[in-house]
Amino acid sequence: MSHQAQFTALVDWLQGAITPNERFTLSYNAEASDFIRFNHAKVRQAGHVQQASVYFKLIDDGRHADLNLTVSSDEAVDRQRLDEALQQLRETLTLLPADPYLLLNDDAWQSSNVQDAPLPDSAHVVEQIAQLGEGLDLVGIYAAGPIYRGFASSNGALGWHQANSFNFDWSLFHENGQAVKANYAGHEWSDEAFAKRFALAREQLAFLGQPSHTLAPGQYRAYLAPAALEEVIGMLCWGGFSAQSLADKTSPLQRLYDGHATLNPLVSLDEQVTGSLSPAFSGEGYPRSDLSLVVKGVAQDRLIDSRSAAEYGLTANGAGWGESPSALSMNGGSLALDDVLKELGTGLYISNLWYLNFSDRTAGRITGMTRFATFWVEDGQIKAPVSTMRFDDSVFSLLGGALEQLTRERELILSASTYSQRQTASNLLPGALISRLTLTL
Amino acid sequence: MFDFSAQLKQRFATLQSSARFFSLRYVKQTSQHLSVRKNVPEPPQLSTDEGAMLTVRIDGVEAYSATNDLSQRGLQAALERAEAQARLLAAHSLLDLRDHAVATSRADYLSPNLTRAFPSLSDCYALLAQESASVPKDERLVNWQVSLGLENVEQIYLNSAGAEIRQAQRFVFPGLSVTAYDGQDSQTRSLGRENFGQQGGAEVITSCGIIGAAANVADQALQLIMAPNTPTGPRDLLLTPDQMILQIHESIGHPLELDRILGDERNYAGTSFVKASDFGSLQYGSKLLNVTFDPEIPEQLASYAFDDDGTPASKQFLIKDGVLERPLGGALSQFRSGMEGVANSRACSWNRAPIDRMANLNIEPGDQSMQQLIGGIEHGILMSTNRSWSIDDARNKFQFGCEWGQLIENGELKGVVKNPNYRAISAQFWRNLSAVGDASTFKVLGTPNCGKGEPNQVVRVGHASPACVFANVDVFGGDA
Repeated sequence: MSHQAQFTALVDWLQGAITPNERFTLSYNAEASDFIRFNHAKVRQAGHVQQASVYFKLIDDGRHADLNLTVSSDEAVDRQRLDEALQQLRETLTLLPADPYLLLNDDAWQSSNVQDAPLPDSAHVVEQIAQLGEGLDLVGIYAAGPIYRGFASSNGALGWHQANSFNFDWSLFHENGQAVKANYAGHEWSDEAFAKRFALAREQLAFLGQPSHTLAPGQYRAYLAPAALEEVIGMLCWGGFSAQSLADKTSPLQRLYDGHATLNPLVSLDEQVTGSLSPAFSGEGYPRSDLSLVVKGVAQDRLIDSRSAAEYGLTANGAGWGESPSALSMNGGSLALDDVLKELGTGLYISNLWYLNFSDRTAGRITGMTRFATFWVEDGQIKAPVSTMRFDDSVFSLLGGALEQLTRERELILSASTYSQRQTASNLLPGALISRLTLTL
Repeated sequence: MFDFSAQLKQRFATLQSSARFFSLRYVKQTSQHLSVRKNVPEPPQLSTDEGAMLTVRIDGVEAYSATNDLSQRGLQAALERAEAQARLLAAHSLLDLRDHAVATSRADYLSPNLTRAFPSLSDCYALLAQESASVPKDERLVNWQVSLGLENVEQIYLNSAGAEIRQAQRFVFPGLSVTAYDGQDSQTRSLGRENFGQQGGAEVITSCGIIGAAANVADQALQLIMAPNTPTGPRDLLLTPDQMILQIHESIGHPLELDRILGDERNYAGTSFVKASDFGSLQYGSKLLNVTFDPEIPEQLASYAFDDDGTPASKQFLIKDGVLERPLGGALSQFRSGMEGVANSRACSWNRAPIDRMANLNIEPGDQSMQQLIGGIEHGILMSTNRSWSIDDARNKFQFGCEWGQLIENGELKGVVKNPNYRAISAQFWRNLSAVGDASTFKVLGTPNCGKGEPNQVVRVGHASPACVFANVDVFGGDA
């Protein structure tokens, strides 16, 4: 039985099992993934994970409770589990008061997106990696396989999202400990495209062989490549655009949304669901809207889930868990990629940042480390790799007064995260030229 | 308890394999997370998750297949998939495990007080509601939340060499937080949450201290929004256990993980400033520093008798009198490196393979009371409760931030300061350890959120520590 048929069968069974007063929502998450880890260009650990679960919400007279339940591929077993879950939730509801912030979407919306282009056999991919990685110190992970997401409600809403994808996330290490990070991800594997991407990483590795340049703490001009900028933007996703965080006054963009501060007019950020790789519906059953979060440096939309909508009198717009963006798109600027070094002049070319956190959340001040392929540039020429450095700076400076230019070209960065399950989030970002980045350690 | 054990054993015994060695690790986790936010009960989040990981070893090459299908047919299919993968990738395998010993133990392990009933859902909500209602009415208090997480985990490990290890554990995570806002700045004060969790029953709620604490936590949030920023400059730093656990975790725990030292994690979690050759000789910290891997404190989050590969666990010193002795490496890493380690091969669930993880990583108590620790500081600061953590991929240059700061001058606690941060370098920081609190300052804490590994995993780790003093550390505040 296909995953979609399995999900539909559960929905049909549940429709017949509930009482006239009861309502439900049921979302579905499944994947069949190959996970192959590499170290020293060899396979360190290989495995396959087949998993499926439903997130079941039962509602009765304004009271509701949720149960996340693993399902197997056996129809009888799953019906029994769902039946037990239904009984458990019914018993739970009798213990609860009505929830004043329950807001259900009654629309019987329909959505379907199936992308089932075949993926290469993992053994073929490993062979490719082994050939290209011959003689190199390669470490990383290849994750691939189908991902399934579904949603249904007792009101007749039905969404299905299915996509085959792969994500090879890897690093090449120089013997001096310096490394370059690379990624090749998508739906259609191409040996040629992969070889090209690999060659680019190999080329960067050559620069890392030079003696590293040690910097003193201070302020430096810097170019943040898209992967580095993604880390900065990622911090803003920790409640930055969340309706609840903004109401609770814990958003790092509180000042922006309160109108007490602005970002650089170059900064425009959208939650661009249309055309992204993530489902067009949220786990709680709302179609996801395209949103303009920041327009020319000024806050506009926020991410609102149903609970925030009910509590703060807003309109839900399909925000997912934590009201975080998962298809963020930042407008590009006018800086040509080929001109980055020239425009940087003398300063830091930063490929990646790492382990960011807040120094002062309310003030939008963040800290983090350089990691992978950070170079010292003089007069537009790469001079040497730079030892790991810590920065500590305000987002209102980095994306405000200190932001000089954004690159015209943008990079689509697909999430390599596999916590609990393979993620479908993505970011479409340019690189950023910054007039001053504060290094502290 | 272990309801599925007999059936699982029967199915395991029926599995057909050409592999000389294979194993099955079954995990079932049921959980509930309850929360009352601003006096409104949030809907309970319940979960039931179960599945199994089958691992095979063929000609020294291992591969795994995890499945949500626990039927005989499902387990057999998973086993065959793992076998096929081991054969397909054999030519490219990094490791030859033909001589790697396998587990043979048979034992059960239970959390303390596991058979005692936990308070009902209604009772839990009543407790949370009562605490939430204790937050004083003050328009500056813009948000507060009281929560209680409960996780029951059963794991059964079986292998073709006859091992049968069962463990049933219950984890409890109470938490409380209050946010105050003055129109410009917001400050959050918390208790428990990400900084606390223990194995056991209802007694864990009491030992966390959240009962009756809401008013005081709210008062501290209000004190913080009225407080000045932490001043910039070097000071002696007194860390209470709820910050020490983060300090231990990031700048001792992660750098001592042997798989990082062996390079497995270089693409994601990172490497280590510690080299394999450092063990036995590196003066990691001052002579006051004694660090143990200790799976034997019953209530601590990662206490167990065997790790997830079936290796028996026992207390070991990792750092003794400041000298680095042994890494956090499980049986496989020990086999690869030829070094002695500990039983810390752990997986977050049935769908992820065990790797080297922290478990319970503790600092042994010293001989000074809290009063003596404070009294010994001329120009310093006390910091409590972690809220921010950032460290480089080699686990050396760090910057950490806390919720609560209090200046110390001439041996006395002075005014409250907000946004307390400090930064230093691991390789030097622990050598500045100048005083270690005694047993009266020692607390058994932990966190449910340690992330690592490819594919990614989050595990529970326990940390117990006394309060500690570090000399001459760069501290600073925020912008607000």
